[in-house]
Amino acid sequence: MFDFLSFLPRAVMQGIPLMYGSTGETLTEKSGNLNLGIPGIMYVGAISGVIGAFFYEASLASPADFRAFPAVLISLLCALLGSLLMGLLYCFLTVTLRANQNVTGLAMTTFGVGFGNFFGGSLIKLSGNSMPYLALSATSSAFRAYIPAADNWGWFGKLFCSYGFLAYAAIIIALVSSYVLNRTRAGLHLRAVGESPNTADAAGISVTKHKYVATCVGSMVAGLGGLYYVMDYSSGIWSNNAFGDRGWLAIALVIFTIWRPNVGVLSSILFGGLYILHMYIPTGMNLAVKELYKMIPYVVTIIVLVITSMRRKRENQPPASLGLPYFREER
Amino acid sequence: MDKAIAVEMRHITKRFGSVAANNDVSLTIRRHEILALLGENGSGKTTLMNMLSGIYFPDEGEILVNGKPVVIASPRDAFNLGIGMIHQHFKLVDVLTAAENIILGLEGRKDLKAATARIAEICNTYGFEVDPTQKIYDMSVSQKQMVEIVKVLYRGADILILDEPTAVLTPQETEKLFAVLRNMREDGKAIVIITHKMHEVEALSDRVAVLRQGAYIGEMMTKDTNAQEMTNMMVGHAVALNIVRPEPKDPSPRLEIKNLSVRSDDGILKLDDVSFTVNSGEIFGIAGIAGSGQKELLEAISGLQPIEKGDIIFHNPKKDKPVTFFHKSMKRVRELAKEGMFHDKQGKPVSFDGMSMGEIRKRVESGDVLFREDEIMDLRNKTPLEIRSLGIHLSFVPEDRLGMGLVGNMDMTDNMMLRSYRKGPQGFLDRKRPRDLAEQIIRELEVVTPGTSTPVRKLSGGNVQKVLVGREIAYTPKVLMAAYPVRGLDINSSYTIYNLLNKQKENGVAVIYVGEDLDVLLELADRILVLCGGKVSGIVPGRGADKRKIGMMMTHMGGQTDAE
Repeated sequence: MFDFLSFLPRAVMQGIPLMYGSTGETLTEKSGNLNLGIPGIMYVGAISGVIGAFFYEASLASPADFRAFPAVLISLLCALLGSLLMGLLYCFLTVTLRANQNVTGLAMTTFGVGFGNFFGGSLIKLSGNSMPYLALSATSSAFRAYIPAADNWGWFGKLFCSYGFLAYAAIIIALVSSYVLNRTRAGLHLRAVGESPNTADAAGISVTKHKYVATCVGSMVAGLGGLYYVMDYSSGIWSNNAFGDRGWLAIALVIFTIWRPNVGVLSSILFGGLYILHMYIPTGMNLAVKELYKMIPYVVTIIVLVITSMRRKRENQPPASLGLPYFREER
Repeated sequence: MDKAIAVEMRHITKRFGSVAANNDVSLTIRRHEILALLGENGSGKTTLMNMLSGIYFPDEGEILVNGKPVVIASPRDAFNLGIGMIHQHFKLVDVLTAAENIILGLEGRKDLKAATARIAEICNTYGFEVDPTQKIYDMSVSQKQMVEIVKVLYRGADILILDEPTAVLTPQETEKLFAVLRNMREDGKAIVIITHKMHEVEALSDRVAVLRQGAYIGEMMTKDTNAQEMTNMMVGHAVALNIVRPEPKDPSPRLEIKNLSVRSDDGILKLDDVSFTVNSGEIFGIAGIAGSGQKELLEAISGLQPIEKGDIIFHNPKKDKPVTFFHKSMKRVRELAKEGMFHDKQGKPVSFDGMSMGEIRKRVESGDVLFREDEIMDLRNKTPLEIRSLGIHLSFVPEDRLGMGLVGNMDMTDNMMLRSYRKGPQGFLDRKRPRDLAEQIIRELEVVTPGTSTPVRKLSGGNVQKVLVGREIAYTPKVLMAAYPVRGLDINSSYTIYNLLNKQKENGVAVIYVGEDLDVLLELADRILVLCGGKVSGIVPGRGADKRKIGMMMTHMGGQTDAE
């Protein structure tokens, strides 16, 4: 019998980093910036949070001095700052200098992963751990804290109340993003910038400002996904390259959700489930079958791409000026 | 003259580089009045109005709005003064609704309900039909224009400028637009329409101001003038340019256009039953105000534009000329042989029945296979590649040089190869011959460039045009089509191009020249076809043609006014 009660919470936890990543990338893409640096930015978000937490824990005289609130706050701020800097760098290159977005994004992913591995390795060395990982169990347990009573609520508690606060924040951020995009003037202006920067410019909307703000906020949201992964999902264990291909999956998810963060809430949990499905389906010792299961999220994304392209519904297409630099027409 | 003055432009001058787009222009715009700003292409109408809408800033002169001197540095300044301009190219976001587009860029909370109410109110006042919830991509051109106008009114504009508003509209849609504009006039708004269509001036405007080559020519009340007078002001007196015009040598029909009709993607009839014949050894000029179907005509001939009806017949002067593989494929040669098109020097019919490809090749290359008569082919709905593989030498110098003619980021050699990349050993490119050709063009046409490996976009406009024309001429065309080949070129480069075209003409090429400068057409072309709204308004001999008469033919079918 398939064990839903243990599968679903794992799927949710697997899906939360994807939700952060795809919400952040959707906000970015709505401004016309195709930020392929998201995997790197999530990676930097994770390592920045780890650096903050590591030095907070290291500064304590004894483990008994540990306080949950400053630990969470410090690593949260570090993660936001790290990913913000990445977002600013991306904007400076692509908006101000009008560098090619794809090349810039790919370079930033390579850079972000290298940055994370370098500092990850250094911290492991500093910690004196003989194994190639770093454990921040105190901070992690603060991130993973949930209502203690939930344990007594049976399946309901396990399914809905057993997650750390960042999981709920992800859902709230996704829903708020959807609301802002579709219901507010700021969202309208942002969509106009991504669709037709010329029109937006002529209507007196600052294209540069909107691109910068959307991309930087998007990067910070994505960075939180990295932080959630290391602090909550991995229980505070950092080891180099453990984050894997989740960043790319987040970008695939943007296409899957046809640029809608609210759709992303359930889709990312679905993707999370597909991602770990191979662990719950008895495949015996045949590793090849496991690898095939891991492909499912990508296959689904390709199918969605084919279907939305075939249906040619205008609302389901990417923002019209996605990936293009904006030049004001001059004679 | 008691109508309140809304805008006064005094002694406005605007230069782009060394070219004065507007020179000392003074213009008054009044409320309760529709002013038509009339002029040919490039006469500076749009530039002048762009200075009111904040897109350009005048170099000299001053602007007064409601009697007060103002500085209009951005579109926002123009909005704040109540000036709104509807451009030819709409500025709308496709995936948003009409209402969302209308409130785009405004401050405050997004309240679509209130916006919808305001839009409905504006629509009722002036007789618009706009559905606020409809997406832009679902709309016709005319509906999009209405959204643009509502957008401007929504922002409280009471001075409206429309840049060639009817260029993309059907006659019925035009009537609807005019009705709206008349309602706005009754409401006390000041309206300017930029146009070069005479009947619109007559039907709609109260006053008309004429510009020519950036200068203000004059203005009058529409009811006090007539089409002839306005046309004369618009085209001016003939200017002598002293372009050489040799007599055509034994002209014979080369290209026959029969009852050609072409519809645009929007379903608008762009060419309506056009018929004419172009002879070899002549320059056949095509005149008409912009957008009268010139582009569609040339693109239909060169195979870029689907044809609704009609025929394009090409006469290939091949009688008694040897067959070669230079322009005919083996397949085509065999087809022609089957049709009995070939004979040998003794006049005996040639048949390739039962011969291998190698034997046919040998026989043809011996030079003893001749065409029995001229080839006559219908180019209707053939692709450029099919036309080329039929062995028809058709050269096209398009209006958009770096868009359709050349690839800006590639160098001269690569651009030459766009014509020849299919030649040479299979799979590999022959770079030597294109490079030689590029060098030859640089030498013979005196192209100023650092070398054949410089990207062509770095060249000046005149040199780009020389490269393009040089390449097309090197293809030894039978028909050479050139659309506005001297646009943006200085005098010397222009004359180089005229000479090149004349040389082609002397070589027996049928040259089709689409021009906007009537003075040039009058001195260069042997015959001039005048288009008016996609129809042939008349064909006149170039020698001794009257510029004013052609001007009338451009604006009225057959050059007749309604009064006559």
